[in-house]
Amino acid sequence: MATIRLTDSAAADEAARTPDNTVDITIERPPLVLGDHDFASVTQRVCQINENSPPLTWWVAFAAAVSLAGLLHALILYLFFTGVGVWGNNVPVAWGFPIVNFVFWVGIGHAGTLISAILFLFRQNWRTSINRFAEAMTIFAVICALIWPGIHIGRPWLPYWMFPYPNQMGMWPQFRSPLLWDVFAVGTYFTVSLLFWYMGMIPDLATLRDRARQSGRKIATFAYGIFALGWRGSNRHWHRYERAYLLLAALATPLVLSVHSVVSFDFAVSQLPGWHTTVFPPYFVAGAVFGGFAMVILLVIPCRVWFGLHDVITNRHMENMAKIMLATGLIVGLAYMTEFFVAWYSQNTFEQFTFYNRAFGPYAWSFWMMITCNLFIPQTLWIKSLRNNMVWLFFVSAVVTVGMWFERFVIIITSLTRDFMPSAWGSYWPTWVDIGMFAGSFGLFFTLFLLFVRFLPIVNIAEVKAVMPQAHGHEGYGAAGTTHEQRGEQRALDSKPGSDDAEGR
Amino acid sequence: MMTMVDSPNMSETEEMHESELYGLLGEYDNVTSLKKAAERVRDAGYSRWEAYTPFPVHGLDKAMGHKPTILPWLVLVAGISGCLGGLFLVWYTNATSIEGMPHALRGYDYIVSGKPFFSLPANIPPVFELTILFSAIMAVVGMLVLNLLPRFHHPVFTSERFARATQDRFFIGIEADDDQFDRERTQQLLRETGALTIEELED
Repeated sequence: MATIRLTDSAAADEAARTPDNTVDITIERPPLVLGDHDFASVTQRVCQINENSPPLTWWVAFAAAVSLAGLLHALILYLFFTGVGVWGNNVPVAWGFPIVNFVFWVGIGHAGTLISAILFLFRQNWRTSINRFAEAMTIFAVICALIWPGIHIGRPWLPYWMFPYPNQMGMWPQFRSPLLWDVFAVGTYFTVSLLFWYMGMIPDLATLRDRARQSGRKIATFAYGIFALGWRGSNRHWHRYERAYLLLAALATPLVLSVHSVVSFDFAVSQLPGWHTTVFPPYFVAGAVFGGFAMVILLVIPCRVWFGLHDVITNRHMENMAKIMLATGLIVGLAYMTEFFVAWYSQNTFEQFTFYNRAFGPYAWSFWMMITCNLFIPQTLWIKSLRNNMVWLFFVSAVVTVGMWFERFVIIITSLTRDFMPSAWGSYWPTWVDIGMFAGSFGLFFTLFLLFVRFLPIVNIAEVKAVMPQAHGHEGYGAAGTTHEQRGEQRALDSKPGSDDAEGR
Repeated sequence: MMTMVDSPNMSETEEMHESELYGLLGEYDNVTSLKKAAERVRDAGYSRWEAYTPFPVHGLDKAMGHKPTILPWLVLVAGISGCLGGLFLVWYTNATSIEGMPHALRGYDYIVSGKPFFSLPANIPPVFELTILFSAIMAVVGMLVLNLLPRFHHPVFTSERFARATQDRFFIGIEADDDQFDRERTQQLLRETGALTIEELED
């Protein structure tokens, strides 16, 4: 589609081509897709990632990820054959790395649902470039999370006992236990996220199917065609699709808030000082969103560069994600301060000792690591130039991911090693199996993620098209990145006699 | 095989038997003309027709004039049954032990540190999750069933140009089964609304 330049000067051309969409002009909504894009070029830009062979970087990363995933699987087999003693778990620290890793991975998954569902309900159209990405990340993070409860039970050949089914023992699960609430919560979360992700992909799979058919790639046509379910873009179908999408978003919102609350109940419903506190559900949920956004940013920044998606995942998107990360980081910081305040205000000796122990006891190094990573370093994101600097943003996101892992480590290990009676105190160190499995879980995550990037559309193309100005009838006035003002000028120019456009308007 | 009418690329149109004709497909390249065309087709009294777009177009539902879907009600029913099912599950398995039930199906009200056998606060999480689970499954599966998907074969897929329906072009397809359908008049209507190309689709 031809771009109509407003002036002849090169500088104006440059400004029109790449406006700074991180700045808010009060009346105008900043453009969400930059550059001279129309529907065809956006489709081309995203689909070519799947249609071309992957770059060498992908192969190198895939080899590394698959090796780590292989390590994870080998260690799981070692665990099954030898027993839970290969881990550092002991008494009193019966929950060590496995549960820290479980909560870590489940938390990371929450950002995806927040972007998909909650930002959708808030009508934040900028979510359309990153929601596919984030939802995929959720699914893979929850897969990595679900491994740990499955393998950490002492008799791993009996995990099906967690589910209510009629059996010869006449036994049923104990529904009043948070460990069982986890089964329902994380299981539901995984199922609903998978459904949401798949449903969102159907129109884009149809796009890939049709493009494959046009270019004669038979296997791709068949494979995409099966999963596209014969989608043909019929408006009555879109109508039901949009209703289902809204309903799923409305359902996923309380779900995501409930899932990490239920995970926090694993701790909050117990009696340990440092665990038994009502601040845990909101604290955990905010922490999950915090850690999850950090992981999304960590993944988006390299993919933008490798796949040339700067026009679709613009600086504004990065800015918004950084702001959400900063905001949730502040909530987490507030939760830390609330815990300390309540411990002091309660005048409960055990509670006070727990928090003193966190800051100055044998695991104080992990506590200060957590505070630095989660509280201090993210504050640099108040500075706009640092927020917009991709290298710094990447660094801060990596730091936050580390910090959030340490937060779960601090919560679990410090409360277990130093609880009520000194005679019950102990210590904890991870074994090589613990560390190997943790590294291996990253391998599994990245293997799945790299496969997703290779074969599936990583941006929700249909939704991105729906938020371009052409989707609302402002077509033909030039770049998607122009403002209403510029379009108004162009309209004035166009309405002069002799400048009629042939397209039906 | 399809025939192109009004396209600059095709030289001749083939005669097609009325019984084989599925309908006519008009192509548009922008949202505004599609919506105007939809309004005209709606006002002309057609009922068996459809618009095909690469993304959901705002205002097109009204321009087409079709009824809203019953899907939300189905999801509500599914959610309520999930909730009631969940409540029944936690009550029956943890708070009852009925004489005479087969052993494998009998509830077992075992005492756990003196907690009440059925206490709503402790039993809400599984009930809530089951509500959400049933509703979500119904939303997706219901949407697919109401849309009669998967359906891998449809006359529109025989059209080469239709491949752009999922990328950057918009189409209106009017079925020959419609009462108002008349090959010449319907073609004329599509031409008047500014369709870039008009195709005849075979069943």
